[in-house]
Amino acid sequence: MTMPDNADTPAEQEPRQLFHIGVSPHIRDADTTSSIMGWVIAALLPLTAYSIYICGLSAVTTIFYSIAGAVATEYIIQRIRKVHVTVGDLSAVLTGLLLALTLPPRLPFWMPLIGGAVAIAMGKQVFGGLGHNIFNPALVGRAVLFVSWSKYMTTSYLVDPRAAVVNTSTIKAIDAVTKATPLFAEGQVRKGLLVLDASRYYRPLLFGNPWGCVGEVSALLILLGLAILLYKRLVDWRIPVCYVGTVMVLSRIIGADPIFAALAGGLLLGACFMATDYVTNPMTAWGKVIFAVGCGIVTVVLRFYSSLPEGVMFAILLMNGVTPLIDRYVKPRPYGAIKATARVAEES
Amino acid sequence: MGLAQRMRSWVLTRGGVHPDPRKETATMMVFPGPSPEQVVIPLLQHVGAVCEPVVEVHDHVLVGQKIGDSEEYISAPVHSSVSGEVTGIVMYPHPGGRDVLSIQILSDGRNQLSPDVKPPGDPASMTPEEIRRVVREGGMVGLGGGGFPTHVKLSPSAGKPIETVIINGAECEPYITGDHRLMVERGAQIINGAQIIKRAVGAERIVVAVERNKPDAIQRMREAGTGEGVEVVVLPSRYPMGAEKLLIYNITGHEVPARGLPRDVGVEVNNVGTAYAIHDLFDRGMPLVERVLTVSGDGVAGHANLRVRIGTLARDVIDFCGGLVGERGKLIMGGPMMGLAQYTTNVPVVKGTSGIIVLRHETLFRQEPAQFTCIRCGRCVRDCPMNLMPYAMGAYSDAGLWDQLENLDVMDCIECGSCAYICPTKNPLVQLIKVGKEGVTRRKRKVETLERASSSKE
Repeated sequence: MTMPDNADTPAEQEPRQLFHIGVSPHIRDADTTSSIMGWVIAALLPLTAYSIYICGLSAVTTIFYSIAGAVATEYIIQRIRKVHVTVGDLSAVLTGLLLALTLPPRLPFWMPLIGGAVAIAMGKQVFGGLGHNIFNPALVGRAVLFVSWSKYMTTSYLVDPRAAVVNTSTIKAIDAVTKATPLFAEGQVRKGLLVLDASRYYRPLLFGNPWGCVGEVSALLILLGLAILLYKRLVDWRIPVCYVGTVMVLSRIIGADPIFAALAGGLLLGACFMATDYVTNPMTAWGKVIFAVGCGIVTVVLRFYSSLPEGVMFAILLMNGVTPLIDRYVKPRPYGAIKATARVAEES
Repeated sequence: MGLAQRMRSWVLTRGGVHPDPRKETATMMVFPGPSPEQVVIPLLQHVGAVCEPVVEVHDHVLVGQKIGDSEEYISAPVHSSVSGEVTGIVMYPHPGGRDVLSIQILSDGRNQLSPDVKPPGDPASMTPEEIRRVVREGGMVGLGGGGFPTHVKLSPSAGKPIETVIINGAECEPYITGDHRLMVERGAQIINGAQIIKRAVGAERIVVAVERNKPDAIQRMREAGTGEGVEVVVLPSRYPMGAEKLLIYNITGHEVPARGLPRDVGVEVNNVGTAYAIHDLFDRGMPLVERVLTVSGDGVAGHANLRVRIGTLARDVIDFCGGLVGERGKLIMGGPMMGLAQYTTNVPVVKGTSGIIVLRHETLFRQEPAQFTCIRCGRCVRDCPMNLMPYAMGAYSDAGLWDQLENLDVMDCIECGSCAYICPTKNPLVQLIKVGKEGVTRRKRKVETLERASSSKE
């Protein structure tokens, strides 16, 4: 692109009078990959800070090791692949942070470290790096931890939610169920094992939830993060709205409390920050709607009709897999491509 | 505009981006530009056939004298913008990028008018054919940048009556303010030119379209249009609102069919600059020998809206505005979104040159080096005014997959640059799409040749 000053020029041409050439547009928007990643991280900061306030040092170590694992793995693999090291674009930092937010706070330090490494290695670099992965890297990392060390993943909460909502004898009766968040208790209610008024959990879920993962401490701060993303036009509103909306509607239909269904578990974090991951959701507006509604349906199915207590992670991963198919078939109608029937109707 | 239509225009608006307008020259009166010692007038300043010179070296020519013309229907003659001596008929750099046969004229500084320059008569008593003939002889082309010969646009096709003449004053390109100033300073003349266009195409109404960010132009056009049956439509400020197809969609609610023309939906669009030039042609008999353009950007010392003689070299215009400042970046003929980057200042202003924008090196290249790795953010799809899928078109073009590219309707792309502008990874999408269009066309031609060859064998 650069034209050297000493280039051969026509005789009448004064040297040093040459300009750059290139195809229009000649001006570009200020946003770059790293600025976008930076803003998403910024949108997560209030939540992260509050989580550290609630969970203390355990949240700090989980977040630190998760990000360290992700960034170190990105650096090492890119050096091995002999490609440009793109740690500076902050995408690995974001992956590490998102992974940490989906983990219980009291994990041994090596688990987030492995999770971060797996997220980048198996979730991203194995496909060719940023932009090429099919599945959300953070959720790939979490899924591997979940199936490999499910005991840690279901018991490392700050407060055992079972103790908070039910008495010990009930717990023994239903001990087969593993994961333990307010969602767990809600499931027991639905199964008639315990009586619970879901609305008494609205307030703690919104303002300070000690039973969940690092990133589930406050639904309100997740929504604040979403507001930042929407204000900066970084994500499309269709995904969080359609995802959470589908879950609420379906929960209502099968008789569960829709507000509780929206606030509890990983739904809001998943719908606002995971399902909206650029790389792994469809490109078109209607594609995004299909993707989000699909996530909602799978989440409700997994929550209520499987042995898993929570369905957000697998729902998003499953729909990630469907994304290439959606992108292939859901295309916007180009301007001027008037259907033959419509034109006949217009003319008559 | 009624409330219903206003609301519909908000609903209908789609796609587009909001580049920093940088219209610092919007309040500056149009000044006469430099009196160049020499002009270089290309024989191709329009879409269509190149003109043949009708003068010879050492001929003495006068302002408004025809110096090039063509037998072809889709072409427009060119006229001398100065009086003086023809010193050469040579291949010369052209804003379009290739060298074009051009007529060099050394000015005698007197700017004597040609005797041919005289009012052609009252357009109100002329037939549409007579109006078209005058417009053709005046060398009129679309001044918005497209450069399509105006007399062709003023010839309605059989069975496609034109109801509405849209006068395009959207001027959505950043920096460019020539149309804005024309509307503020020459509103009545623009309306007069629009009436002549309306008469030539047999239309029923005139709509002047202006973006919301030009309140003074809106007011002046409303004043000028009062009692003339002219409707001024205020459009949202958004690039590329002035693109013909988008303009029509936002004003009429109709989409121009793919590969169709505005007349398919009963509309003809002309730029305000063209309307003004047509007024001038019928008022004074002056053919298209000068135009208003904006000089701006941080690479040039002075900013201005100038009335510049066609054929004036960019160098003379820049020197007239105080010269270049800062490290050389880009010299753009037209606006920064769709204009053409020039490697030299030694290139003439042509009929379609709406601006000379000079940007410094640091302004253009301050961002981190491009990775060209699509992160699938979807902004290009969201903002494409034609509802295409730029990221996929770029990828298929890069891979040379012409069939898949054609399936994405790449030929409908208007190359407005919204996708490449908004792309956070700075993917050169317009460049890839241009290459892709070439590839699709080449492949089609090859297939046709093969089919013809095989059928002739049988």
